[in-house]
Amino acid sequence: MTAADAQAVRDIVARFAAIQGPVLETLQAVQSALGYVHDDAVRLIAVGLNVTRAEVHGVLTFYPMLRRTPPGRHVIQLCRAEACMAMQGRALERHVLQRLAADASSSTTNNNLTTNKMISLLPVYCLGLCALAPAMMIDGAPVGRVTAERFDELLTELQAMS
Amino acid sequence: MSITVCVPQDSGALAVGADNVAAAMARLSTTSGLDLRIVRTGSRGLYWLEPLIEVQTTAGRVAYGPVTTDDLPHLLASDFLSGGAHRLRIGDVEQHPWLARQQRLTCARLGRVDPGSLADYEHHGGYDGLRVALKLTPQQVVNEVIASGLRGRGGAAFPTGIKWQTVLDQPAAHKYIACNADEGDSGTFADRMLMEGDPFSLIEGMTVAGFAVGATRGYIYLRAEYPHAHRALLRAIAVARDAGYLGADVLGGGRAFDIEVRLGAGAYICGEETSMLESLEGRRGEVRVRPPLPAVKGLFGAPTVVNNVVTLATVPVVLARGAAFYQNFGCGRSRGTIPLQLAGNIRQGGLVEVAFGLTVRELLYDYGAGAATGRPIRAVQIGGPLGAYLPESQFDTPLDYEALSDIGALLGHAGVVVFDDGVDMLEMTQQALEFCAHESCGKCTPCRIGSTRGVEIVHRIQNGAEPAAALALLDELCETLLQGSLCGLGGMTPFPVRSAIKHFPGDFHRHWSAH
Repeated sequence: MTAADAQAVRDIVARFAAIQGPVLETLQAVQSALGYVHDDAVRLIAVGLNVTRAEVHGVLTFYPMLRRTPPGRHVIQLCRAEACMAMQGRALERHVLQRLAADASSSTTNNNLTTNKMISLLPVYCLGLCALAPAMMIDGAPVGRVTAERFDELLTELQAMS
Repeated sequence: MSITVCVPQDSGALAVGADNVAAAMARLSTTSGLDLRIVRTGSRGLYWLEPLIEVQTTAGRVAYGPVTTDDLPHLLASDFLSGGAHRLRIGDVEQHPWLARQQRLTCARLGRVDPGSLADYEHHGGYDGLRVALKLTPQQVVNEVIASGLRGRGGAAFPTGIKWQTVLDQPAAHKYIACNADEGDSGTFADRMLMEGDPFSLIEGMTVAGFAVGATRGYIYLRAEYPHAHRALLRAIAVARDAGYLGADVLGGGRAFDIEVRLGAGAYICGEETSMLESLEGRRGEVRVRPPLPAVKGLFGAPTVVNNVVTLATVPVVLARGAAFYQNFGCGRSRGTIPLQLAGNIRQGGLVEVAFGLTVRELLYDYGAGAATGRPIRAVQIGGPLGAYLPESQFDTPLDYEALSDIGALLGHAGVVVFDDGVDMLEMTQQALEFCAHESCGKCTPCRIGSTRGVEIVHRIQNGAEPAAALALLDELCETLLQGSLCGLGGMTPFPVRSAIKHFPGDFHRHWSAH
């Protein structure tokens, strides 16, 4: 971790040290500032909040959306829940994985579906877009009724942006 | 004079291009010299018609939908800004049969108001409930909520007023209102719609709850999958604070109440109330052993009201219109209205708020118009990923707490997910068990280990190995989960699994004959 990043972590810790139950809030703030939570940040957070590193590590690894490695430049959250399954969500998922040339066998783990330098594909269980299934969120923007063709268009747009 | 056009900002509408439509309209405004005032509302909940735009004309609001940017030139040529005829013209959307048949109490303002405008909210009856509450004693407010028959809409259906009474009766210096906005069940989106489209109703409901039980601080535990709801809530809370509806002296009545939003991080289990409290305290979202109940010893050890968004957003109506008014809706012990959420493989999906008692079949066909694929509906799952699957033979069941419980199902948060005849119920069983394994917090053994063993058994059935023994073992595992789990995640996973096996046995036998 760079000196500037370390300072950013210390500043965040100082901001949250006084609130009740600060660990999760601090981790989220660090992730939103730096993109992920570096192992060095865990140490700084533990020292700054006067809790053990084990406690910080425990919180960090409990929540699927907290990351210990840098995300891709773009983040695609793909819904794997029942309402999307009812609208061929799994076929879409296979298509997406194939397009991103990833390993489908990782799809049911607790971790990222796949990450390459450009795109992180993350599984989510419900985006609340269940009447517009299958759904995904691309860099925070919701997309409903996604077909394979529509996904290919969106992917082309993402690639053009990079 | 400017023409007002409402374009939804609900994330469902955004998912099908509402932002593009709003941007194109704004460009029109500058290029064609039209004086348009574009208001970003919530969604009415007719999702198959989104983006649904409404033009304010001299004869009232005229709706058009679904509108894409490609339709705009033709709409303009048809003089839609004066309500002109067009193939997308719906007219007054409140007269649309889908909406006219509903009884919208909790969701009355959705799609009608600007969610950031306090003036809009008050103009549509907002804060009437709080004004009533301020004139009552805390006990009178609790009595009113008890008398209304309102039960927790998050899934557990516990009487809200009774829970409030318990918290009111605790002698404690600090108490909290914790709003569960971790709406994780697949097929549900009523909380999201309310927070995005009418956030003041939640803020008002929490404020009333705070007065009723003597809490001065509220937390909204919001799932991170809802960034749009997050922005809408933060904006509304700031507006309410500036206007004196939140803060040290709410409306000059001498009582304090304020609200903080905290975000989750993708853990479904944090929708379980004790796990949510752990997460609000910044820890791993591991379930707590009850007792003590959160109403006695909850957030940071203090007595805490834990209610979900729909429940709290219903409280203002109960106070403003009276318990008797609200209680008059519904059937049996299920009083009031329920915002049903129709989703999955359905032609006309969306939000259907009606008095309890509508049957599954009426919802699927009168509102939903059948499967989106045009194929027969084979199964519905009610109440999220831990809810039971119903076959066609049970579609005449009324959607109320007791009727569903009687057939071994549950209403939960009232999401209804529709599947056509292409569904493989063995795959859905696998999904239920994989989901339990994925989301288990790990605290109790039946859930942590049992879910994974369950997935393995399903794989054995898929491979056709010892099918009878595998099914017997799966049933025994379900019994262990049911009896031995600390919370609803393990305790309810048997609902989808057992109902799938019971009602769709063919899907479990198919693999035997193949081998």
